[in-house]
Parts: sequence; C-alpha cells; structure tokens
Amino acid sequence: MTTQSLTRPPLVTLSGALPWVIATLFLLAMPQIFTSNSALTIMNQMAITIVFALAYNMLLGQGGMLSFGHAVYMGMGGFMCVHVMNYVEDYSLPIPLPVLPVFGGLFGMGVALIVGSFSTRKAGTVFAMISLGVGELIAACSVIVVAFFGGEEGVSGDRTYGLPVFGTEFLHQIEIYYLTVFWLVLSALLMYLFSRTPIGRMANAVRDNPERAEFLGYSARWVRFYSFVASGFFAGIAGGLFAINYEILTEENLNLATSGSILLVTFLGGVGFFFGPIIGAIVFTLLQTVLSLQTEIWQLYLGILFLATVMYFPGGLAGVLMMHALPIRLGKAGLLVVPYLRTLLPAALCILGLAGALEILFHIRHAALGDSEMTLFWVTFDSHAPLPLIAAIVAVAVGFWLARRSAPELAEAWHKANTPDGGAA
Amino acid sequence: MDLILVNLIDGLVTGLLLFMLSAGLTLIFSMMGVLNFAHASFYMLGAYFAYQVSLFLGFWMGLLVAPVIVGILGAGVERYGLRRVHQYGHVPELIFTFGLALLIEEVVQFIWGKDQMPYAVPEILQFTAFSIAGNSIPAYKIFMIFISVAIFITLLYVLTRTRVGMIIQAALSYPRTVEALGHNVPLVFMGVFGVGTALAGVAGVIAGPVLATFPGMAVVLGSIVFVTIVIGGLGSLWGALVASLLIGWITTFAKSYNVRMEDILTGLGVQKPVDMSESLIRDLWTITSPQIADILPYLLMVLILVFRPYGLFGKRDA
Amino acid sequence: MTATSAPRPPALEISGLQKSFGKAQIIRGVDLSIGAGERHAIIGPNGAGKSTLFNLITGRFPPSAGAVRLHGQEINGRAPFQINRMGLSRSFQITNIFPRMTVFENVRCSLLWSQGYRYSFWNMVNRSRDLTAGADEILEQINLTARRDLPAGVLSYAEQRALEIGITIAGGANVIMLDEPTAGMSHSETDYIVDLIRKVTENKTLIMVEHDMGVVFGLADRISVLVYGEIIATGHPEEVRSNPKVQEAYLGAALEAEH
Repeated sequence: MTTQSLTRPPLVTLSGALPWVIATLFLLAMPQIFTSNSALTIMNQMAITIVFALAYNMLLGQGGMLSFGHAVYMGMGGFMCVHVMNYVEDYSLPIPLPVLPVFGGLFGMGVALIVGSFSTRKAGTVFAMISLGVGELIAACSVIVVAFFGGEEGVSGDRTYGLPVFGTEFLHQIEIYYLTVFWLVLSALLMYLFSRTPIGRMANAVRDNPERAEFLGYSARWVRFYSFVASGFFAGIAGGLFAINYEILTEENLNLATSGSILLVTFLGGVGFFFGPIIGAIVFTLLQTVLSLQTEIWQLYLGILFLATVMYFPGGLAGVLMMHALPIRLGKAGLLVVPYLRTLLPAALCILGLAGALEILFHIRHAALGDSEMTLFWVTFDSHAPLPLIAAIVAVAVGFWLARRSAPELAEAWHKANTPDGGAA
Repeated sequence: MDLILVNLIDGLVTGLLLFMLSAGLTLIFSMMGVLNFAHASFYMLGAYFAYQVSLFLGFWMGLLVAPVIVGILGAGVERYGLRRVHQYGHVPELIFTFGLALLIEEVVQFIWGKDQMPYAVPEILQFTAFSIAGNSIPAYKIFMIFISVAIFITLLYVLTRTRVGMIIQAALSYPRTVEALGHNVPLVFMGVFGVGTALAGVAGVIAGPVLATFPGMAVVLGSIVFVTIVIGGLGSLWGALVASLLIGWITTFAKSYNVRMEDILTGLGVQKPVDMSESLIRDLWTITSPQIADILPYLLMVLILVFRPYGLFGKRDA
Repeated sequence: MTATSAPRPPALEISGLQKSFGKAQIIRGVDLSIGAGERHAIIGPNGAGKSTLFNLITGRFPPSAGAVRLHGQEINGRAPFQINRMGLSRSFQITNIFPRMTVFENVRCSLLWSQGYRYSFWNMVNRSRDLTAGADEILEQINLTARRDLPAGVLSYAEQRALEIGITIAGGANVIMLDEPTAGMSHSETDYIVDLIRKVTENKTLIMVEHDMGVVFGLADRISVLVYGEIIATGHPEEVRSNPKVQEAYLGAALEAEH
C-alpha cells in the first residue's frame, strides 16, 4: 500500500464542531427566553420528535426505506422504560433516571433486530408493506397482551422514583428539559457520526443503486438491516424520553397514526439533508400546538401543506433552504429579496384568504345552531352574512393575480442569482 | 352445520367487499407499480357521495352516480397528482397517496363533520331473504353478494374478452411497446386509475349502510385491503380474490367460534400454571379467537411475507 | 508479485454452463478457461448471449447447469457480493454508478470492503488516510481528479464510463470483467478508454465483451466467439480471424469493414 506520511485528519475540526456547539448553547439558553411551563412542555415535545424524526430519516432519507410502522420501535422502547421505571421503584435498584433511555434504545433495537431480520430483504414497496403489517400487528396486540402494554389504559410510571441525581429529583419540567436536551444532542451527534461511517455511506449507496453495491462486495440486505437496527435503537431512545416526559404510554404510541405523523414530520422537513428532520420536527410541533389552538381544522391545513410539499418541493423545507446555497455563495442572494417580497406577500394574502374562506364555510356548516358569530384574524363578524366570505374570496383572487403577475420576474431573478458572473452555469 | 352456512355467507359478503377494493388496488399496482394508500379513502368518498345523493334522489341513484363521481375524482388525482410525483420515484408516490389519504379524511370531516351519517339500507331491501335454522339472512346481504359477483364477472369479461382489456393487459407488461403501437398509455393509466377508484366507490356505496358511514371508515378498511393484495400477491387479480375470501372467512369464523387459547394449549399437553398473576405470558392463556380475529390478517401477511415473499399468486416482487 | 512454481488453476474456468429462461435456452453449454493475467475478449453477434454469460459468471442469475470456478473455487450459485469478495469485479453495459454521490465517494465506496471496513459503524470514513489516498489514486488513474467533488450524475457520458471502470477496479479484484466498455463512444473517446483499460488492468485478468473489433484486436490476448449460446472458436486473434467457422458465422463482414 501507499506509504504516505500524512497525519490522520483530526477527529474534531472547528468548522465541523461549530454548528453543534451553537446548537447546544442555543438549547441550553432556550429556557431563559421561554420560561413558562407550557413553553417547556412544547420544547420537550419538540426534542423528542427531533430524535424520533432523525431516527426515522436514517431509514427514509439515508437508507431509502419507507416505513409505515416506525412508531412501534419508539413505543416499545417507551413501554420498556416505564416498566424499568416501575421495576426500579419496586426493588429499589440503583439505576438513575438519566440512563433510562438506554433501556428504551436497547429494547427498540431488539425489536428491530427481530423484525428487520425478515423485513429488510427488500426495499421499496415490499418493505413498506411489511412495516405496515408489523406495525398494525403490534398495535393490535397492545390491547390483548395486557401484561406488557397495559391494555386500553396503557402503563404508567413515576419518574421521581429513585434517588436524586446530584440533588436533582426530576420534579420540575426544567430538569426534565435539560435531561431531554442532553439525550437529544448525544443521539443527534451519534446519528450524524453514523452517517459518516462505512455502513452509513453504504446505506446511501444501497439506497441509490442496490445492485451496484452488491457488485462492490456489500450485501444490500445486510446494509439495510444494520441501518434498520440502528434506527430502531434511536427510536427507542426517543421512546425512553417520551416515557420520562409523560410517564405514560398507551396504544396510541404504537399505531399507524403516530407512524404516519413521523413520516409527515420527516418529509416536511426534508429527507435529503441531515438537519431536515430537525426543521420538520420544530415546524410540525409548532403547527400542532399553536395552530390547533387557533383553529379546529388545522389538520386540514397540515394535509394540504404535506401534499403540496410532496408534489412541488420533494426536498422539503431543508431542500428549499439549501436551494439558496448557490446564490449565497455567489453573493447574489440580494437579487432575490425584492422579487420574493413581490411574489410571496400576495401569495400569503391568497393563502390567508383561502384559509379565511375555509374557516367561514366550516363555521357555517358545523357551528351550533343559532351561533353565527365568529372571530377571525381579530375581527368578529356574522359568518352567515355574505360580506366576509366575499372579502375572503376577493383576497384569494387579488393575491393570486398579483403573485402570478410577479412570478416571471422571480423566475428570472432566480436564474440570474444562480448564474456565476461571466459564464454559463 | 347451519351455523357454518351462516358464517360462510357472512364471510363471503366481507370477502367480496374486500375484493371490490383489492381488485382495483391490485390492477392499479400492476399497471403503475404504485400502491395507492388512499384507495380506501375513495371507498369512503363513495359512501359519503352516495349518502348525499340519496338524500335528494334516493339510494338507487346514489348507487349509480356516486361511483362515477369517485371515478372522475380518481382520474383527476392520477392526472394532476400522481403523474407529477411519478418522476421522483415509487417511494414519493407512496408518500403522496399516504398524504392524500390524510387529506381526504380531513376534507370529509370538513364537509360532513365527525359524526356517523344516517345512511341506511333502502326500504325495498329491508326484509329477510331466508332463514337458516333461526338465523335470518337479510336481503341486503344477498344484494351485496349479487352486486360484487356481477362486478367481478364484468371486470373479468372486460379484461379478457374486449379490445380495451387487451390493451390494458398489454400495457401492464409492455407499456413502451403499447405506446409505440400508437395507444395513449397515459390515458390508459388514467382510465385504469379512474375505474379502480370507481370500484372502490361502489364498494363504499353498498357498504356504507351496513358498516356505518363515518370519517374513520377508510382507516378501518385501508390497511386490511393492503394486507389482502400482499397476501394474494401484488398485481394478481386471482390472488386478490382468493386472499379477500380467505380473510373474509377467517375473520368471520374466528369471531363466531369462541376458540380459547387455553383449550388449544391444554390440548397440546401444556400444563396451565397455577398462579399466573405474575407470569408475563399470562395473557397468552386468556386469548380467545374473537379477540384476535382482527389481527389474524396481519399475522397471515407477516407469515406469508416471511415464507413466501411473492404472496400466494404473485409472480414478481416489486 | 506472488510467483509460485506449482501450476496455478486458471483465473476463471467455465464448464458445461447452461442457462434457460422458460423454454428458451440462451447459453447452451459453454466451456472456457482463462489463465491468470490473460486479456480475453468475448465477441459475437447481437443476441448471442454475451451479457447473459457475464451475468451468470458474476452471480446476477443462477445458471441452469454447469459450473464456474474462480481460481479453482466453485462460485456458481453464490450471490454477487460473495463473488466480488473472492476477487472478481465487473462493470455494466449500461452505466451503473451512484449518481447522487460525488465522484470521489463513488470510488471510496468501492474501496470500503476490500480495505476491510465491512459493516463497521465505529470508523469514520473521512478519518481514514488509506481510504482517501486510495480513492484519490484511482481518480488520478482514471483522470477524474478535476471532477472529484461533483455529483457523478452530472459527468459526461465518457467520464461516467471511466468512473464505471474506476469503480470496477478500485476494490483491487484480480479478475476484471468489462461489459462493452466503449459502447456509444466516439473514436477519440474509445482510444482514451482503451488506454485506460490497458493501464488499470495491468497484471490482472481481463475479460471483456466488446463490439468494436479495433478494440478487441488491439487489446485481447485471446478471443472467444459466442454464437447462439455456444463458443464456436477460442484462440489468439490471428487464429480466430482466420477460422473459417468464425468467418462464416460472424466475422467476415465485420472484419472487412474494420480492416
């Protein structure tokens, strides 16, 4: 072999570590900015969703495996953690709360080991179907196998069971937040590093071209299997964090709805980049908590948003963001600002008008009899009167027309911003 | 013996209903290689549309009109949605139909609300067709069997005996060649998608009155339809028929005969532990067949996929 | 080099190989022995079964009958990845690379197994000096250093073919099989690829399917002619050229045109 006297590349480089340090500092500072308990609850939920979505993207984004049953691995990890929690309490074992997610991870990994042994033989549709079947099977079992799943009411535990860890008893949300953040950063880092390992790189290769990978000495099946097991481990960690946060797990943690929503989160954020699922989890959690307070039909909006993403932005939010990397590198991002404003502001008007119209129609159809008063965008009016609906429709039409009119300008600016000076792109 | 006959009829009704959904789904799959996750949502739309039409024009017009609307909607989804996503590959297609299923459920709730619709069996069919040893068989069940069988025969006839059927069959295996011969393959795809969803619509129309018309009806049936065509073998029409009937009968019999795991285990010579309160497998002993009737199809699917990944009648694996 | 005095088994030995798809017999009993270090070309008219023969040897399809031995070890019925690990690597007629990965990563992926990384999840690929240096060396050999960090999908056709060859040889296999490496190339591109092949397969066994007679006669030590699933002649270029059976079945017209 070659005998070059190069030094090994350093384990940590400044540019490599910087995003992680900033993210960690940011996470640690968050509770100083948002101090309320409800904000902490939302942030905890976000953190758990991020871990789960990143684990999910190890399959979907990096391994090309679409799973309709990944909630199972998170749920199983969570159930296990609650049992460990109770077991430790009953027998006063010296296992501190912060290490509990490891049990969740190991159990999730164990389940993935069994299921993966037959489900990863094929990718694509067959894999998706097996994941769906296994997911439904285990979710249905949860009502039957009461000893482990607790039947209809699930299993619950008490996280304050054990000895205090360095004086922390985990009574307060804030302590749980820091615990969750610790695991979030650790698992995100490990998952990122996984993607740089030989098996992580080959997962990409198998995703793109399984046959070629086989002719390079790698069994596509085993590459998928190892990714699947690793993903099961981190999903189980997310489950453990869920158990610590909510102290209860039910059938809901295993079923198709939960599996589906993690697909939604991940795809919305973008499967093509490591940070995509993180954005997805943040946006989704915000939509879920903020939007659901404002409107009853938030899931309708979510459905429309999701479908629009699949059809027009298959790279998700991360993909849209990264589209701007080239203009920024060329120093031409400024060209885009004005056209963006001129197109997106009318588009926003159009969308708000549409939402307004939907809200009014929904109110007309489903409000209690005789209740015709509604409040929308801080205006209270009679939903049965024609004027508000007309106003909404006008907003849609005007917004659409204006956006449409400036679209060519935006397209041109986009082209310019992506073309280096003095040469064709 | 009589009970067996009653169960056979009940299972047949369930199986044929499943088949109406799985037939369309499997046809669409073999043609475009995409599993339509929203297939059961079109079934739900069929029920809702038929209910809405029946309010004004009666049940029979609903049966006629609703599937047509569903079919047109389905064709539109193929033309303006799927065809666009197709360029990204099969996994995004599957994700698209998954999102569509979510959206349709939300739209249905938006229009009709969360409650069950009072969609009922038409009066003319509200009588007992015949009785078997005290178990009355409602005429509507016979009507359902009749409709499903008629549709199956029509489908078979169209696919194997007509020119259109020939083109479809050829387009299944050799889309390029068929296109080169001057046939509009995208149009054929759109048509098959439309007809497939219309079939699901028919199933919805006739199932709505007996299985309840509510926003969750797609979810209830959705996964089972998938399971059916996977068991039957992706893309195989005969496989879909056999698997549908198999599932119909298995679940019906499991529900009506109360087989207890305890009896099976004791019969196998396993000793029942005296104190089971702490045993982790205590639930294994108390399982009864009606309890697990609904998960039997999933169990069957996992077993099939482990031991025969192509399904019962499948030729290729996607 | 490993110089052993004992008679070595041939690099690749095929005996009685047959393959049928349904009722159609595509390969009708092929016997062929290719010595270590030999450059062997398989030629034949379209539909003769050349690609099928390649696929049988490399484990893409299982043969219906017969045996394939690599360095004396039977390999038929094994999976492609097992055969690859035993030192046989192939390229494809239709370019078969990882289009979304960079050129460098394409090559690095093909180095992983042979450098012993297997399914490891405790090494970072970018920390390994050997991997980076090895991949860069291959890039140098196939003249794609300038394209190192571009996604492979955006390369020109000829560059993708070169990358395909790079991926094929990167793992250090000593038996290299190339399926129509110059298909669809211009004259100058062909010359370039031929030089490349000669360079990267030095001291290795090369088996190639090729249509371009100039390439075949310029590169091959021996040639086999496959017609209707049977080898009708094997020998040195001159023997094959003058073989009346070959001339009759296939070569006549083609040779006239070439020379």
